[in-house]
Amino acid sequence: MAQDDKQLIQEVTQSEYKYGFVTNIETETAIKGLTEDTIRFISLKKAEPEWLLEYRLKAFAKWKEMKQPNWAQLKIPEIDFQEIIYYAAPKRKKELESLDQVDPELLDTFNKLGISLDEQKRLSGVAVDAVIDSVSVKTTFTETLSKHGIIFCSFSEAVKNHPDLVKKYLGMAVPPSDNFFAALNTAVFSDGSFCFIPKGVRSPMELSTYFRINAANTGQFERTLIIADEGSYVSYMEGCTAPQRDENQLHAAVVEIIAMKDAEVKYSTVQNWYPGDKNGRGGIFNFVTKRGICKGDHSKISWTQVETGSAITWKYPSCILSGDNSIGEFYSVAVTNNHQQADTGSKMIHLGKNTKSTIISKGISAGQSQNSYRGLVKMTKRATNSRNFSQCDSLLLGDKCGAHTFPYIEGANKSSIIEHEATTSKISEDQLFYCQQRGINQESAVGLIVNGYAKEVLNKLPMEFAVEAQKLLSISLEGSVG
Amino acid sequence: MLLQVKNLHVSINGKEILKGVNLEVNKGEVHAIMGPNGTGKSTLAAVIAGKSGYEITQGEILYNGKNLLDMPPEVRAQEGIFLGFQYPVEIPGVSMTNFMRTALNEIRKYHGQEPMSAKDFLARMTEKKDLVELTSKLTNRSVNEGFSGGEKKKNEIFQMAMLDPQLAILDETDSGLDIDALRIVAHGVNKLKTTENATVVITHYQRLLDYIVPDFVHVLFEGKVVLSGGKELALELEEKGYDWIKKETENH
Repeated sequence: MAQDDKQLIQEVTQSEYKYGFVTNIETETAIKGLTEDTIRFISLKKAEPEWLLEYRLKAFAKWKEMKQPNWAQLKIPEIDFQEIIYYAAPKRKKELESLDQVDPELLDTFNKLGISLDEQKRLSGVAVDAVIDSVSVKTTFTETLSKHGIIFCSFSEAVKNHPDLVKKYLGMAVPPSDNFFAALNTAVFSDGSFCFIPKGVRSPMELSTYFRINAANTGQFERTLIIADEGSYVSYMEGCTAPQRDENQLHAAVVEIIAMKDAEVKYSTVQNWYPGDKNGRGGIFNFVTKRGICKGDHSKISWTQVETGSAITWKYPSCILSGDNSIGEFYSVAVTNNHQQADTGSKMIHLGKNTKSTIISKGISAGQSQNSYRGLVKMTKRATNSRNFSQCDSLLLGDKCGAHTFPYIEGANKSSIIEHEATTSKISEDQLFYCQQRGINQESAVGLIVNGYAKEVLNKLPMEFAVEAQKLLSISLEGSVG
Repeated sequence: MLLQVKNLHVSINGKEILKGVNLEVNKGEVHAIMGPNGTGKSTLAAVIAGKSGYEITQGEILYNGKNLLDMPPEVRAQEGIFLGFQYPVEIPGVSMTNFMRTALNEIRKYHGQEPMSAKDFLARMTEKKDLVELTSKLTNRSVNEGFSGGEKKKNEIFQMAMLDPQLAILDETDSGLDIDALRIVAHGVNKLKTTENATVVITHYQRLLDYIVPDFVHVLFEGKVVLSGGKELALELEEKGYDWIKKETENH
């Protein structure tokens, strides 16, 4: 390996996290540790109905019997679940009527992220439900949306104002006992987003939520529930950046999507939690359960994710293709650098006839990181004439990182077709030199080549997200000036 | 003087490839470097452009009086050196348009200029594309991806036209070209010639020099420039073959 290449890799390895800043907002936190009392405290704080408390307690009982999964290609340090604070909410002095009343520091945080609510409102027409440490601070555009009958609010508000909908759909895609982290989330989730698109309505704007971990030592347990009724359409964006922290923070979110007949949901994520420093200290542990059910015929759920952050990512956005002719899609770019570990992919469970699924996964590994694709494509007996196409590409920067692919395929009928393609490549010195010879420095060249490699997925993102994602890919691999 | 190569010795993995090359190029000149395969023509081009993996054991290269060997490759490019590659690489997913805009703006930034506006950039694209008869279909594609051999070479000249270098080194640009493509490429190069820039054409055959007429011809043989002369030297070479050079050098 040439000297330049080595140097490039070394410097890529030393790039620092750009979004490391902390907002000083007073927070009200529950005491550390997880017992039934913790759950009662959370439920009480949120003035929840009895059924939801029961639901949480049942999940907690299940969780206690479960073991943390260890099948992923991840080295997970032992997590002491009793050392975690399970609830933190910014102290609210009074009800907020306009942005002027929002804590200026909070607005400043958004400005640093380049997502000021004001700007977003004016320029892009995006309704933002900003979640900082578990409690929704501000919901915008509610009026415009409500004209169309769209409900887009914090999960707590949904529990208060639409208890029937919540009760009906909560746990439909991800039951409390689904897995260790989903059970934990169900027991202690603090807040999140709720979205309901009524029959035949096409959401007039992209719905967006910014999640952000802010209080030290606070696990963040977000809960998102999206329901698209018959013939409706919504594009939903979730994005996150987290302030720099020295201690590991646990994040175990659950996202559920239910698509009824002829409905379509597009869910896009840009994930940029603090990945830890270059020595692998700190960083977020991200254990996420995301699943959608294409419940009705001709329904469609599409997951697009750009994963650049977190020390550990454990995440498999999946589709259960229950309705006939339903479609599931998964487009992913996962970048790991330094000592980051990612084990991510998708599950496509074909239950209905003539169902179709597509998986496009692009892994990029640098530094000493480990990047795995893990996916399951399952064709049940009833899912006749169904199709899947999977493509899993890995790009390596340097020789200290790893890329792994674990595709699982189960076919129980003869009329279905499953296709799987996989490639592993390296950024070649010739490509870098070609760019440099045209006047482009190594750092920009790496950004250019990586963005080109991930283009197929980035093209699936909504415009405003795509721009941010491109920047993120370059930032994540920054520090390569030779 | 634009380029001055002085007593250049270059090794790859301990094996000496260039054994004391001297070359001087002034503005407004076209030079041809000829010689049989494996005599170090491409090595010379790569070392001037700053490709890694070469060990410079002796000598120096001055460019506009500055020490070229101290500059990273992108700075050499920003200073106005362009290398037309013998084997242009493919960069999947990166459109030619995006690639050229990035390159052009990096060079402009180096010279303290603002990025070129989208309108001006596109106008420039259209103008330069026509010069080498590249279709929009090709420039909309990823860099060199799915290009034929001839298209890749035309694309190199297109990039040269876009970036407007002071010194262009064309490494075996004629290899793999049919006569029509050769004519187009040569036409492009001739059109770009001014009194302020210079071109170094590296070629194995005399054929290209029918279209790009050099002011000077140098014969590189076993790591050294063994003969220099005017354009008639190329014809003499064509006639007598490289064996003649071999004999000539053996006699000395």
